[in-house]
Amino acid sequence: MELWDLTVHELSRLLATGEVSAVEVTQAALERAQQVEPAVRAFVTSTADQAVVEANTVDAARARGEQVGPLAGIPMALKDNICTRGVRTTCCSRLLEKFAPSYDATVVRRLQEAGAILMGKTNMDEFAMGSSTENSAFFPTHNPWDLERVPGGSSGGSAAAVAAGEAVFSLGSDTGGSIRQPAAFCSVVGLKPSYGRVSRFGVTAFASSLDQVGPFTKDVTDCALVLNAIAGKDELDPTSVVDTPPDYRQFLGKDIKGLRIGLPREYFAEGIDDEVKEVIMKAVGVLEGLGAVVEETSLPHTEYAPSVYYILAPAEASSNMGRLDGVRYGRRVEAPDVDTLYNRTRSQGFGAEVRRRLMIGTYALSAGNYEVFYQKAQQVRTLIVRDFEQAFTQYDVLLTPTSPTTPFKIGEKIDDPLQMYLSDICTIPVNLAGIPGLSLPCGFSQGLPVGMQLLAKPFAESTLLQVAYAFEQNTDYHKQRPQVTVGGESNA
Amino acid sequence: MRKEDLETVIGLEVHVELSTESKAFCRCSTAFGAEPNTQVCPVCLGLPGALPVLNKRVLEYAIKTGLALNCSIASQSKFDRKNYFYPDLPKAYQISQFDQPIAYDGYVDITVDGQARRIGVKRVHMEEDAGKLIHTGDDIATATSSLVDLNRAGVPLIEIVTEPDIRSPEEARLYLTKLKTIIQYLGVSDCKMEEGSLRCDANLSVRPRGSSKLGTKSEIKNMNSFRAVFRGLSFEEERQKEAFLAGEEIVQETRHWDESRGITVGMRSKEEAQDYRYFPDPDLPPLAIDPTWVEDIRADLPELPDVRVARFIKEYGLPDYDAEVLTTSQRVADFYDDCVRLHADPKAVSNWIMSEVLRLLNAEGKELEETPLTPEHVTKVLKLMDEGVISGRIAKDVFEETFHTGRDPEEIVKERGLVQISDEDELGRIVAEVLEANPNVVEDYRNGKDKALGYLIGQVMKATRGKANPQMVNRLFKEKL
Repeated sequence: MELWDLTVHELSRLLATGEVSAVEVTQAALERAQQVEPAVRAFVTSTADQAVVEANTVDAARARGEQVGPLAGIPMALKDNICTRGVRTTCCSRLLEKFAPSYDATVVRRLQEAGAILMGKTNMDEFAMGSSTENSAFFPTHNPWDLERVPGGSSGGSAAAVAAGEAVFSLGSDTGGSIRQPAAFCSVVGLKPSYGRVSRFGVTAFASSLDQVGPFTKDVTDCALVLNAIAGKDELDPTSVVDTPPDYRQFLGKDIKGLRIGLPREYFAEGIDDEVKEVIMKAVGVLEGLGAVVEETSLPHTEYAPSVYYILAPAEASSNMGRLDGVRYGRRVEAPDVDTLYNRTRSQGFGAEVRRRLMIGTYALSAGNYEVFYQKAQQVRTLIVRDFEQAFTQYDVLLTPTSPTTPFKIGEKIDDPLQMYLSDICTIPVNLAGIPGLSLPCGFSQGLPVGMQLLAKPFAESTLLQVAYAFEQNTDYHKQRPQVTVGGESNA
Repeated sequence: MRKEDLETVIGLEVHVELSTESKAFCRCSTAFGAEPNTQVCPVCLGLPGALPVLNKRVLEYAIKTGLALNCSIASQSKFDRKNYFYPDLPKAYQISQFDQPIAYDGYVDITVDGQARRIGVKRVHMEEDAGKLIHTGDDIATATSSLVDLNRAGVPLIEIVTEPDIRSPEEARLYLTKLKTIIQYLGVSDCKMEEGSLRCDANLSVRPRGSSKLGTKSEIKNMNSFRAVFRGLSFEEERQKEAFLAGEEIVQETRHWDESRGITVGMRSKEEAQDYRYFPDPDLPPLAIDPTWVEDIRADLPELPDVRVARFIKEYGLPDYDAEVLTTSQRVADFYDDCVRLHADPKAVSNWIMSEVLRLLNAEGKELEETPLTPEHVTKVLKLMDEGVISGRIAKDVFEETFHTGRDPEEIVKERGLVQISDEDELGRIVAEVLEANPNVVEDYRNGKDKALGYLIGQVMKATRGKANPQMVNRLFKEKL
């Protein structure tokens, strides 16, 4: 097996015993990227030079017998909305094309302290608005499993980079499914932690009450390891919670016998691809075989989630993104007066989807509309939260498809925003409720990946990892790798 | 209808910059006067990804102010975003409070022409300041470019909004004076209008006396001193009354006070007013105010001006006027308290502070704490007078030197030989000399010219360089004449 194909825990063992060096691991990932990147296009910025320097530093520290972090020498990729000091952070927008932050996001600081090596910044839908990464202002990313298809979005670059072996793990952000849906499309593990579990400081805000950062990994063990590194209270994020997170490794390998799993029928209804359903039900069978008790249940307000989401998220975005005005940083289109400067900068700087959402959001907050849209949406959000609270009095975990379909073709939905929005119907309610959600590879339909979504009550990431690990130990979907075709040649 | 039949209705919105060491939502310094853009960080620059963290001191100061203004303190409060684009506003929204202010329903009592008036305080809320624009050129209209200084961005403010209870520019001035005194007593702001740490906007309308319906108001901005507030409101009151009597429509608008021209100028009408799209700030969790904490803050409140006035009247037997004057500044009131502890005659101390101390402070344009003066200085001078060691006139000279140098009054008296001459033999000899040298004046006096005596006494003072005991000199002359 190639080094770039290994997991965090496998590489850590080899690094700890000295069988391989951080430089070798980093070089392997860089070479792999060189090979597949022309086809996949997961990265918008490479930090290859800096990566080798950092890898050398890790090796030197280890050679001196110093204590190194739990992710020392592991190549990682970061979604390009996560601020990295001195490394441009574009949010894949023309407006921030040349913007290099003056500070590191808290998650970046924590991963650097853990010793991880940054390979580069990954492609995304502009300002995380989209479900296919086609809204990137620069170029679309291709799904490693089928280069004609999208990797999902908005964290498509981060998902594709891990699936293609260009990084061992990566971070994405998830406002309505932007980690889980691309994880499902690329057949990797993707976790959206509970709201407040991971600091948002330094992560360019899309919708502040919904955003959460989380990992993409090749398996569940790696997911626990990365979560260990990034979770926990941050004094710089008042919405991060105070309690100390556990060491998530301790939940791996715990029996799931008698554990209660609910299947909310609204997530298996019309609009969900039959073949996807079939794959999911097969996976459910595996969990039943392991002693889990599975029952059908209901989350009655599910149908309102997309409407609520497409009011609240754009409303918050319209305020969060006001700062991108061309005055202090980012692209500025000069004008004779400041109002024209704002107009030109923002209408030329933002892409069509971002402009659409900013207009929706501005409208929803305007005088006379606030009560009808924003406030009403908040009230319905409370009903959705209660649905989940109710369900979790009976079930430890809820199980659903992550996405209603397998990866669609590039260009297939880009001109139909409503169709695109429906790609997130299974993931959106989870952000509205603030609960954790994990997408796990659970099979294939016509050669394309299918992911299942596991949900638990707030801060019960441990339960998700426990169930996901049990499933993974009894299946081998996580071991399957895409054959990336480069220049007509297949390249394993 | 005549002008006298119209009533003026004023409401004030006062912004007070809190004197916390760091900004409201980040750790940057709030110090005034630093080089532009040196007190900034990702948070107050509004960089992508930065998040606000509430400075707890801001909340404490806001609650303190609310309590001092007799407000109820909210048990649940929150921050909202006020969205608008302006180059001095880095996030394109101001963190403020919309519908759940930290404090509400209070009042401030003022005295107008000897009558007590109660001005309702509708609300006190917290917010952050914006930055400052510096225009290159003479004014904003002709400037070719503008520079942005964000040192002030994120500095904590409280906004104190009155009910429309104020009835004249003079009442507005008295309210502001009282408010400033209270806030200075609390120590939550230095209230320096010239540094912008106290700013006042006003709403003014007129209506026929006896009407309970509010007239159309204008909002007056840019009044940068108490005097400007008085002048601006006086102008606006006249303007609206004249318009009203002439049957002209008064439009709701924002008007700018032009200090040099002494007029208010219309800026924009409210029809084009901005829609601020207020909504709860999702970055800042709602505030649950612990009632025990509020009670702790209440217990720690200093003695406030009204209470102090009452105590000065009751405890020291001072006239209302003295008590009001002495309590306008907390430092002066403290100083007075300290003096009285050292001197048995509260009224004599009050007279001396009001006449001498406040006169010298005014003349020098200084605050008490900027002088070397101590309570002992005052009481020693009073004691020297009481014991007849120096005369009142000498006392003023001695005190003035102490005021400037901080030197001990007793020392000054001793060193300069200012001790009053009360030796009857010595004064008798000088009186005899003066009588002998001025036979004409003596003659005048005997012919009934009382003023002549003053001249003679003056001659003795001259001979003794003011040190003669005036009562004794007076008696000696009367005996000899």
